[in-house]
Amino acid sequence: MRWLGFGLLVAGWLLVIAALILLAGAPVQVAFVLAGLAVEVLGLVFIFRSHLIPRRSRV
Amino acid sequence: MSPHPLSETSALACLVCLLLTPCIAAGLALINTGLGRSRSAAHSILGALCVVGAAAVAYAAIGSCWLGLAGHPGHALMLEGKSWGWLGAEAPFFLKLDTSDATAVLTALFGLLGAALAALIPLSSGADRWRLGASCLSAGVMAGVTYPLFAHWAWRGWLQTLGRNYGFGQGFLDCGGAASIQCVGGLTALAIAWILGPRRGKYNAGAMPVAIPGHNIVFVVFGCFLAWAGWIGLDGAGATLFAGAGVSQIALGALNATLGAAASALTGAVLTRSRFGRCDASLTANAWIAGLVSTSAGCAFMPPLAGILIGVAGGALVVFAVDWIELKLTIDDPGGAIAVHALNGLWGLLAAGWFARFPGASDAGQTMAQTAGIATLLGFVLPLTYGLNRLQNRIRPQRVRPESERQGLDLSELGASAYPDLLTHTDDL
Repeated sequence: MRWLGFGLLVAGWLLVIAALILLAGAPVQVAFVLAGLAVEVLGLVFIFRSHLIPRRSRV
Repeated sequence: MSPHPLSETSALACLVCLLLTPCIAAGLALINTGLGRSRSAAHSILGALCVVGAAAVAYAAIGSCWLGLAGHPGHALMLEGKSWGWLGAEAPFFLKLDTSDATAVLTALFGLLGAALAALIPLSSGADRWRLGASCLSAGVMAGVTYPLFAHWAWRGWLQTLGRNYGFGQGFLDCGGAASIQCVGGLTALAIAWILGPRRGKYNAGAMPVAIPGHNIVFVVFGCFLAWAGWIGLDGAGATLFAGAGVSQIALGALNATLGAAASALTGAVLTRSRFGRCDASLTANAWIAGLVSTSAGCAFMPPLAGILIGVAGGALVVFAVDWIELKLTIDDPGGAIAVHALNGLWGLLAAGWFARFPGASDAGQTMAQTAGIATLLGFVLPLTYGLNRLQNRIRPQRVRPESERQGLDLSELGASAYPDLLTHTDDL
């Protein structure tokens, strides 16, 4: 799950870059940039969940 | 937006600002030490000095080549007919630096100080369990690779030229280093906290955190005062070098930094009092630094009211985020570096897109440029810094042995305690 999360972080960033380069016109570009950020947030959720300390295991 | 060369007045103002900047290092070192345990105090303050040294040397050797210098050409890609600067092209150890060019020398000094400051931030999240050698190596890697790569993009590369190339305002605005210094350092602090894991005894069997209070709040608050002075210098120097700010804008930046810190600290004090019944000194101090961080992105180009609003939001963010990170995400960050530097850096970047105004120039699309920078920090810097530190950890574990952690890093790594007259520790967790 951790590496999937990092993969999603990179994928989201590439989506943002691609939107900046390839798309013209505010609505479409903004939509793709926001979609890229959403993918990054999903990646962060995966990474944070993979680092949670399980209950009943003393550290 | 980068002017070259600076006028004599601007260069002198920039130099004065840069000479204040090491106060931030002193402030952060004191804050980290005060928020850590007494048994690791000497290790913490010496670690700060060693990390600054390692970062400075690594930056001079490698990082300076990649960050580049004002007015010097770098490597660029041509995409859809637009130039995307992605890497500087300098010689190591500033060999190509024209010492008669004040702007280039000031840029080199700013880059060096920025590397040292960014490297200090992860010490906070790795406190009480990070080996001295490992922290120096990690700082060297950050100053040599992660920081200069992103800083080149933000200050003179493709992010900075988003305005010229695509009409996104004035391009990515990061005049006080909110992204290149604070976020890069804060995201590395997050990676270090993940890799090292929590301190021994920090979480009980139910994964509930146990309070481990800092050992000297006087250090922490005095560190805040030092950081305030240094931040005014950092913001002013960055605004002059990377955004063409004049003396009046340097003063505006100082005004915004002070108002942001003040509003943030007051918000922290009020919120902690309303939540816990008493003001929490460490959270209020962290909120002060958060105000300085969050206003630094667009400090020289925002009205003072914006500085206050950004500070209020930054202070609230710290109070809730520190709890959330510790309780819900089970991340042990003794000094609060993730909330203060990473989260507030990101908030400041976004806020700069909303509030920054450029006299006589367009600010339409500025939020889009800031969003591209935020996406790059999360999608490029975080995986890179995590990967590099994890690789280092694979080669040699970065965390001290459990017995060293129990004994305290002063005795186990330095052989002498910071407070030899005090009794040994009774909290044998």
